[in-house]
Amino acid sequence: MYSVNYHRASSLADAASLAKKGEARYLSGGMTLIPAMKVRLAAPSDVIDLSHIAELKGVSVSGNSVRIGAGTTHAEVAGNAALKAICPAICSLAAHIGDPHVRHMGTLGGSIANNDPAADYPAAMLALNATIVTDRREIPAEDFFTGLFETALDEGEIVTAVTFQAPSKSGYSKFPNPASRYAMAGVFVAQDQDGVRVAVTGAGENGVFRSPEIEAALASNFDASALQGVTVPSDGLMSDLHASAAYRANLVVVMAKRAVGAANG
Amino acid sequence: MSDVSLTVNGRRVTGTVEDRTLLVHYLREHLGLTGTHVGCDTSQCGACVVHVDGKAVKSCTMLAAQASGSTVVTIEGLANGAELHPMQAAFKENHGLQCGFCTPGMIMAAVDMVNRHPEGLDEATVRAELEGNICRCTGYHNIVKAILAASQVMLKGTAQVAA
Repeated sequence: MYSVNYHRASSLADAASLAKKGEARYLSGGMTLIPAMKVRLAAPSDVIDLSHIAELKGVSVSGNSVRIGAGTTHAEVAGNAALKAICPAICSLAAHIGDPHVRHMGTLGGSIANNDPAADYPAAMLALNATIVTDRREIPAEDFFTGLFETALDEGEIVTAVTFQAPSKSGYSKFPNPASRYAMAGVFVAQDQDGVRVAVTGAGENGVFRSPEIEAALASNFDASALQGVTVPSDGLMSDLHASAAYRANLVVVMAKRAVGAANG
Repeated sequence: MSDVSLTVNGRRVTGTVEDRTLLVHYLREHLGLTGTHVGCDTSQCGACVVHVDGKAVKSCTMLAAQASGSTVVTIEGLANGAELHPMQAAFKENHGLQCGFCTPGMIMAAVDMVNRHPEGLDEATVRAELEGNICRCTGYHNIVKAILAASQVMLKGTAQVAA
């Protein structure tokens, strides 16, 4: 790791002012940034630790309205009983990110701000029609994820929370790469009175995306059987040493079937 | 440089470190606690697992400065004098190690696992929970046996050590 200056922010305002230094980066759980710094893929001059800012922490559930602070760890999301009662899919998703030690550190805000094309949370945010709250504004998930490791965040902007309405039903299923355990395809399905939303991670060349083919098939019949024979185009899907685009296209439908199965319990 | 102040295995320690110092290097090189190992150095293998404020974390993926103010327990902090922690005793009893390199991380992960499952553990849960710890010798079989055996002892009796 190159030399770096560490700062511990005491508040959002403090963090935003510290971020004006050099090539500063925000540090949340550090589960991506620290490994990237160790192999010198990232070399910030300064890191600003957000993990001691109280207002970024915690989950609140009121009726069907959910707010998850950006600094909430995957383990905290996975284990939140109130959240599990109304949206078990997001708890299950969080419970399968990385490994137990990573889940103790990694945060929802860090995950979505990084927008790794194989990360799990972006699929949930898009399918749940979540709103990403920052220290400056609110951004619909639809507009937030803009490409590989790219988001709508401006320079120095901090994700503070995400909010969403718990759907009637939701489910998530991923096919983890056998070595890295990152999703080769992960599908989050959500059904509520406005219809069905399906988001796919791990497969798209430009990161997370919605699948109109699967949404259309599930709109009239929210059951895995409705996906029999449904195909999604392989155009725009990743092709690498792990899987071809065609393989991933097939995997997306398989994961969608499993996600719907999970949603229907 | 950053001034850091932690409680490590019950002892208050302070020091001044380069900001880029990883927690594992602070433990090993500044405090001489070489029981915590660096295996893969890429956040995968779990040889470096320690407890920070009661939670298992990979100390190769955390800056010492991030951990400042926290309470840390390493493998050296588990035994009660000459008396092994039930998890250490179970690894010995069940031959849960061969070369031993992964063992400190395995044991710290296993103690954390038992603490998070007060309802008890079964084999499938233990295997799933070991996702972040890699052993290249044993095939995991005896590690799983050891954790199941220790969880019985820990949950029956005396308490969660290092929680």
